[in-house]
Amino acid sequence: MMGAGGGNSDVQWCFSQVKGAIDDDVAEADIISTVEFNHSGELLATGDKGGRVVIFQQEPESKDQPQCRGEYNVYSTFQSHEPEFDYLKSLEIEEKINKIRWLPQKNAAQFLLSTNDKTIKLWKISERDKRPEGYNLKEEDGRYRDPNTVTTLRVPVFRPMDLMVEASPRRVFANAHTYHINSISVNSDCETYLSADDLRINLWHLEITDRSFNIVDIKPANMEELTEVITAAEFHPNQCNTFVYSSSKGTIRLCDMRASALCDKHAKMFEEPEDPNNRSFFSEIISSISDVKFSHSGRYMMTRDYLSVKIWDLNMETRPVETYQVHEYLRSKLCSLYENDCIFDKFECCWNGNDSVVMTGSYNNFFRMFDRGYRQDVTLEASRENSKPRSVLKPRKVSTGGKRKKDEISVDSLDFNKKILHTAWHPLDNIIAVATTNNLYIFQEKLN
Amino acid sequence: MFPKGTKRKFSDSGEEPVSSSDQGQAASSAAAARTLSSSYSLQRQSLLDMSLIKLQLCHMLVEPNLCRSVLIANTVRQIQEEMTQDGTWQIMTQALAAAQCPADRLVATEVLCRQTDAAAQAGQSPKPFSGDVETEVTMSTLSPVSPQLSSASYLAGPFGEQVFGTFEIKHPAPPPDPALEELFSDVDPSYYDLDTVLTGMQSAPKMGPYDLLESLSSHGPTALSSSSSCRSDLNELDHIMEIIVGS
Repeated sequence: MMGAGGGNSDVQWCFSQVKGAIDDDVAEADIISTVEFNHSGELLATGDKGGRVVIFQQEPESKDQPQCRGEYNVYSTFQSHEPEFDYLKSLEIEEKINKIRWLPQKNAAQFLLSTNDKTIKLWKISERDKRPEGYNLKEEDGRYRDPNTVTTLRVPVFRPMDLMVEASPRRVFANAHTYHINSISVNSDCETYLSADDLRINLWHLEITDRSFNIVDIKPANMEELTEVITAAEFHPNQCNTFVYSSSKGTIRLCDMRASALCDKHAKMFEEPEDPNNRSFFSEIISSISDVKFSHSGRYMMTRDYLSVKIWDLNMETRPVETYQVHEYLRSKLCSLYENDCIFDKFECCWNGNDSVVMTGSYNNFFRMFDRGYRQDVTLEASRENSKPRSVLKPRKVSTGGKRKKDEISVDSLDFNKKILHTAWHPLDNIIAVATTNNLYIFQEKLN
Repeated sequence: MFPKGTKRKFSDSGEEPVSSSDQGQAASSAAAARTLSSSYSLQRQSLLDMSLIKLQLCHMLVEPNLCRSVLIANTVRQIQEEMTQDGTWQIMTQALAAAQCPADRLVATEVLCRQTDAAAQAGQSPKPFSGDVETEVTMSTLSPVSPQLSSASYLAGPFGEQVFGTFEIKHPAPPPDPALEELFSDVDPSYYDLDTVLTGMQSAPKMGPYDLLESLSSHGPTALSSSSSCRSDLNELDHIMEIIVGS
């Protein structure tokens, strides 16, 4: 349950858990590349650069400790994608999991879509806690009995066994993308989903793997004229005909699939005019949108560009209704950030369950929350130092002026290798999952 | 690398930073304007060089990130447009063209400046590297048409040819040729050909002496690695060539 109004002023965040290796030497394969709660919040999935998916399950709340919501423990681990080699282009295809999206649960099993640069897979995760015993022709260890020794017949019965969680690939959606897939999004009809790469968006049916429909294509006839790419795409949460996609030029296009088969013509285009005072050679790069997310209500959408988070009302295309500065102090450092490539980092963003608070990551393992109602924001840090169980997170501050107060960090001391690109918020409760390079932190609201 | 706290850096649209000055301070202001604008030009040039190197470094084992490449290419275009507007672009390209004095350097630059023009390339003489055993070995493992052509011909896209053809030719004799070093220290106008950059990005395969490219960037945009590291990368090239030629 949210605090009254769900406002940030009520909420204090506590450390709950951290997953992953402790040592500073990060194995490349362990770098977390995506984090996603399922629709009930009971399951939390992460994907990594090594192509693995790890699913955590929340323990049921215990009556002994009502202050604590259940902990997340490993539920299933499987290798989703393997590295491949494109022989035609002599290029490797990374196994890194770019996105995971859960399907709404329909039966006992759970389904999720996971994708790397080229191939999307539908995985079924099912539990097995019973097994049949008492076969007539087989021994318990599986060896076949000599039929001559069978004198009576019995009906096999199910007996409980240790819980086994199995993940099996049910569908493989391959060979539909020339460019790198950056987004997948399940439609509210629960039958179709979209996948977006740099230049095209395809529509799939979950049951059909050998065919997909191209619904957006921004590839120019002459590649030399290419100046803009697709950076993210998402279906509307309620309207199954509507989706949006964002671009590297800071625009968001909303498309209606009822209008035509190929949605190259947008129904709406959202773009904020550039601020002439802030114009520089880096203006376009920092306007590139790295993530777009609809609010749960479907009334708003949020975009993340390099320095800010913007909330758009779907009814107003001319400018966002709210803009939050994530780390404005980096504006004067853009040249250095361009040099070390940090300016190309793709930060994600997320909404809380009732759309009152939004969250996104930053550098130095900082992450930021913006309360839309109370107009407050807070900077918190995910670090091992603050990882005593149930310890309250202290707000952090980056000093921008000349004088650095105590406990503040100066901009030049920020560690740009420690970036929080992926965060997720439990759909119902105040529980958040924050991914540093190779660790997953889970924070919970302090409950009294 | 860049002075901190410099507000000006790349914040204006190409006009002279100092637009007005007091009469009494005209001389010093003008001097300041020249200094400011020359520092702006320097930084702009540096940004341009940095961007071009970033584009070249895209060609690695894994397919390059198209979004990043497009953003960098757009940045280069912006700089190019601004430099064209204030006339510095023409000056720079002319200076580079004028720098091609010795015949051996002419070969390299000529090849670089052209697009996929096999006929033109065939006309070039292979003289400069005839005395060098290592280069001959390298060249001989390539297709037999002609040394210049062969260095470029195995690559799919035109930009790939220009970039990787460059480094192929660049791997000459041990004693560092000052003329060659001077050539390499300039960024060639062919690199500014964004169209081929973007085209090449789609079709150019991954191989290339990316070790050399990396050492390039670590030394800064205007310096180049010494020929000793060129030599070590030569082995890398040999290996790559073996794969291509299928020997």
